Amino acid sequence: MSTQSTYNYKVVRQFSVMTVIWGIVGMLVGVIIAAQLVWPQLNVMEWLSYGRLRPLHTNAVIFAFGGCALFATSYYVVQRTCHVRLFSDALAAFTFWGWQLIIVLAAVTLPLGFTSGKEYAELEWPIDILITLVWVAYAINFFGTIAKRKTPHIYVANWFFGAFILTVALLHLVNSAEIPVSLTKSYSAYAGVQDAMVQWWYGHNAVGFFLTAGFLGMMYYFVPKQAERPVYSYRLSVVHFWALIFTYMWAGPHHLHYTALPDWTQSVGMLFSLILLAPSWGGMINGIMTLSGAWHKLRTDPILKFLITSLSFYGMSTFEGPMMSIKTVNALSHYTDWTVGHVHSGALGWVAMISIGSIYYLIPRLFGQKEMYSIKLITMHFWIATIGVVLYIAAMWISGVMQGLMWRATNPDGTLTYSFVESVKATYPFYSIRLLGGIMFLVGMLLMLYNVLKTIAGKKAYDAPVLAPMAAQAA
Amino acid sequence: MDINDARSILTVLSFACFVGIALWAYSGRNKARFDEAANLPFEDDELPASSEGGAKTRGTAS
Repeated sequence: MSTQSTYNYKVVRQFSVMTVIWGIVGMLVGVIIAAQLVWPQLNVMEWLSYGRLRPLHTNAVIFAFGGCALFATSYYVVQRTCHVRLFSDALAAFTFWGWQLIIVLAAVTLPLGFTSGKEYAELEWPIDILITLVWVAYAINFFGTIAKRKTPHIYVANWFFGAFILTVALLHLVNSAEIPVSLTKSYSAYAGVQDAMVQWWYGHNAVGFFLTAGFLGMMYYFVPKQAERPVYSYRLSVVHFWALIFTYMWAGPHHLHYTALPDWTQSVGMLFSLILLAPSWGGMINGIMTLSGAWHKLRTDPILKFLITSLSFYGMSTFEGPMMSIKTVNALSHYTDWTVGHVHSGALGWVAMISIGSIYYLIPRLFGQKEMYSIKLITMHFWIATIGVVLYIAAMWISGVMQGLMWRATNPDGTLTYSFVESVKATYPFYSIRLLGGIMFLVGMLLMLYNVLKTIAGKKAYDAPVLAPMAAQAA
Repeated sequence: MDINDARSILTVLSFACFVGIALWAYSGRNKARFDEAANLPFEDDELPASSEGGAKTRGTAS
């Protein structure tokens, strides 16, 4: 046994378990700020006030929960589809501990009020440098593994993971260019509308590459594995990949409609956002149709339920997104809760559900088990989470459209029909429904933690042996 | 020719490149290699308890 080399499952185990932990932390903060919107008196002190916790929530769910899920799955998929152990165990350990340190630093500095003020890039410059170091190590490890692969092809999931790693490096370097004035304060290297454009070029591509390309990598591996059949169309997946690469980069200006940004730039952003509908739906159809001929598996397999439902939400939010990028629709939706609903349809419905499904797939395999401790609990998690998401996004849609309509309503003499505070008052019931939806999603995650702990309790960590690819075995 | 012409040309070239990729992906000659690539996730034994050989003994030992 000692002569046989194994895959590096250790780093996958570490990131998988932390995905669940950080998911619970990030969503708990989300529930707290949702409660603060219903009961403002819950803003008990400055460190726990809405303005400080909101960036903590977004950073924790995107970079801690989503980030750990991406590290875990990309390290697993790249090893198994390349039939080699990771390029470097030391770099793998460095990425794990470095990433955890970044998360802890974020959890300390954001409540203290240290922020560069850029949405989804709030962390101050020393943490930005640490992120860069970890990311370079991640890229070397990932592409180093691909370079020493034993298979002639690079599986499509690795293309998506690779694009995610490269693009996030580029986005982070450009958008985080800043001038430090002290250890805890820096100012952006850009000014005025250029700063806004760079920020939303970053912001939308963080959605496109961190929250989409990486998770599509998961989709292209775990959906076929769980459905036990190859992806519906590999050719479509190639076109899907390049279409996303060619179009996503230009969609950012739709975050800046009707601002000081030049009008033509806004129109370009809107046009590319509309074009994005095609590759997004191509990918969704490709994932869902993988089940063609095996639809019955959806009835009994809750992991497949998670994966396929996540694709449905991906389809919904990538339809909604292009619609909201149309200037006239954006005139109604922007700055309202509709945006918040759209984001959570993508974040809870798509990103979280595909991650949850993938982690349920991984955990037993990383501990030498056939399946999770309780399949019933996974089913229960699925239904609680799905109802939670639907409550959340439906409440925000209604609230958002209502806000947009109230803000733009005018009397015959041109004065505003409603004062701003009237629109705030009208949103109250929907904020309560949103809180309920969020609590349900969090409860689902707690069930998952229990199920994971029961699955791994007393079990030895398992590292699968590296297997020669079939082509090589046959030769 | 100013910089804006270069920008237009780059956009057109990018589009041509994408059309080329789409044609390449759907050309009949490449069917076999894509089928092979599509099966990459299945070229391995998976579950320690259901697979054969070394993996099995390791799995049941835990």
